Amino acid sequence: MSNRKKAYTTTKSGHGIRQITSMRLFLPIVCLLAVLLVNVITTPNFFVISMSGNGVLSGYIVDVVNRASELVILAVGMTLVTAASGGQDISVGAVMAVAAAVCCQILSGGEVSVNSLANPIILGIVAAILASALCGAFNGFLVAKLNIQPMVATLILFTAGRGIAQLVTNGQITYIRVGSYQVMGGYIGKCPIPTPIFIAIAVVIIVSLILKKTALGLYIESVGINGTASRLVGLNSTMIKFLTYVICGVMAGIAGVVASSRIYSADANNIGLNLEMDAILAVALGGNVLGGGKFSLMGSVIGAYTIQALTTTLYAMSVKGDQLPVYKAIVVIIIVIIQSPVFKQFLANRKAKQASVVKGGN
Amino acid sequence: MGTFKTKTKKNKINGNTFLLLVTILLFVVMYVAGMIVFEDKGFAKPQMFLNLFINNAGLLVIAVGQTIVMITAGIDISVGSVTALVCMVMANQMENHGVSAYVAVMMALGIGLIYGVVQGFLVSYLEIQPFIVSLAGLFFGRGLTSMISTEMIAIKNKTFLAWANYKIYLPIGSYSRQGKFRPAYVFPSVVIALIIVLIVALIMKFSKFGREVYAVGGNAQSAMMMGLNVKKTKFKAYVMSGFLAGCGGFLFCLNSCSGFVEQAKGLEMDAISASVIGGTLLSGGVGTPFGTIFGVLIKGTIQQLITTQGTLSSWWVRIVLSALLCFFIVLQAIIGKMKKKA
Repeated sequence: MSNRKKAYTTTKSGHGIRQITSMRLFLPIVCLLAVLLVNVITTPNFFVISMSGNGVLSGYIVDVVNRASELVILAVGMTLVTAASGGQDISVGAVMAVAAAVCCQILSGGEVSVNSLANPIILGIVAAILASALCGAFNGFLVAKLNIQPMVATLILFTAGRGIAQLVTNGQITYIRVGSYQVMGGYIGKCPIPTPIFIAIAVVIIVSLILKKTALGLYIESVGINGTASRLVGLNSTMIKFLTYVICGVMAGIAGVVASSRIYSADANNIGLNLEMDAILAVALGGNVLGGGKFSLMGSVIGAYTIQALTTTLYAMSVKGDQLPVYKAIVVIIIVIIQSPVFKQFLANRKAKQASVVKGGN
Repeated sequence: MGTFKTKTKKNKINGNTFLLLVTILLFVVMYVAGMIVFEDKGFAKPQMFLNLFINNAGLLVIAVGQTIVMITAGIDISVGSVTALVCMVMANQMENHGVSAYVAVMMALGIGLIYGVVQGFLVSYLEIQPFIVSLAGLFFGRGLTSMISTEMIAIKNKTFLAWANYKIYLPIGSYSRQGKFRPAYVFPSVVIALIIVLIVALIMKFSKFGREVYAVGGNAQSAMMMGLNVKKTKFKAYVMSGFLAGCGGFLFCLNSCSGFVEQAKGLEMDAISASVIGGTLLSGGVGTPFGTIFGVLIKGTIQQLITTQGTLSSWWVRIVLSALLCFFIVLQAIIGKMKKKA
């Protein structure tokens, strides 16, 4: 509930259409509760958290929160991109693979499998994040400067990204069999809570602080609602759009490093696979309009946890990994239909009310 | 109305022809370079050129469908997984359920049509972003394919294999080392693909629907003011693209004779880049099936050059193609900006 309150205050800034903002977070929370409810019924021990033998928390809910970390990080970046440019960055999964490949390649010093580090970990992480920021900058340049539709622009890296990652690792899976590298995807010392949870929380807090303490959040919204108008009032809308793509790239980089640390390797073909879909889904589920404009970071975060809970549920219902996209695709379509102005108009007409169309900025 | 038409024609000459010329030139340069560099590996043989069509018959049809959607300023990235789904359904039905090859083809076309209708409805009547709709379509199709079977199903149906392997010999050819004349050949899939492309090209050029598509893509607002039914036109474009994706899937299946989950992965990218390289503007309103053929040929040439070269990894095909797509998109953007200034 505290989540809801917090998110409510974030969305309240901007315009005073209180009804809509409260409705926005209503959907994600209802979805999350629904998924959790199904879980409680099907698996009674869903909320049971126990200490396993090696001093580590375990249980379904811990697993969900832990596994959702990359998705939360991606969803943060995706939310900003969506809000500013009204399109999505579909290259995030591939950028994750690039970041993981760069990180592992630097740490291994070019070897396929190493038991000791060739370079300090921090160097690998910084290089990975720089590489992903570069990918983000490339996307941002195409979208913001050349005015290319976001999804077409990011389609380039969506397909080329994994190829680039393959080239970085010379087509092999690079293994880093070093305990200290596994910390980011595992546990810090004797701390019973998995590290990715901390990383995800830290990212969310830092980004929301930046958005709140500076005017960036407001700028992003105004560029998303009307880019031309924002430019006329003196905002550098090109720069702001560009910046959101760079941030999104960095987020993908962080997520990539975490994902690679989990499996202590860089698997260019599988890291972040299909995660772009999940990230877009998280943003949509968070009540954000995919056409851009006003956004709620917390909504996306809740959305991300919902998706992961859904994934875990489907796995528990013995749905195979390959088949998950079918259900997710259906959920996406339902959400976008509910969000679509035409559908809203239809509902409004039916209720014979004055239709107050939510301007998404397009 | 008369003035509007002449205006669009002028724009076409500015943007489209230039981009198309660049494309054709690029193709010729690449192919001739390949013929010179890889002459010893048989790159200069007529059969090599025909292989471009044989390997890309399915893509040709799919890319032309993509072009129609892109002219309406939309996009359809589900075509790759539709292809995989079509191949899998055909293979599964023929091998495990004893369905005849003719019925399987009908099923393939039906799947494409259903995809087109659903996506077209969502995009045009509910005004959802085409990218989101077709992204969902992409994942849906791929997931559904793996639901049917995660194993590869090879097609052993006799009728189907007869279609797939029937060689149509052409009067041109090359001489083997012993001086024996070896005629060049194509498969029926190539002939079907070319006929479909021709029909689509004629529709786009001469029919009312074709003109409506250009008008809607060029400026939806003014098309509406002219009295065109914008939603219906867009809907029809998606239905057509879906149907062509079904056809393309069938042709693709003729080539691979199997169905598996990973099939045609990234085909949407090939189709989109073929359209863009072939002179279709992302902003809509401009593009021809004729240009798209060259886009497909360029993709095929890159692939053939890299396989002939032999040492480069297959990843390079995607990377080079992406780079080329990027180049053409940037070129389009620059031309668009120049137009705005003028």
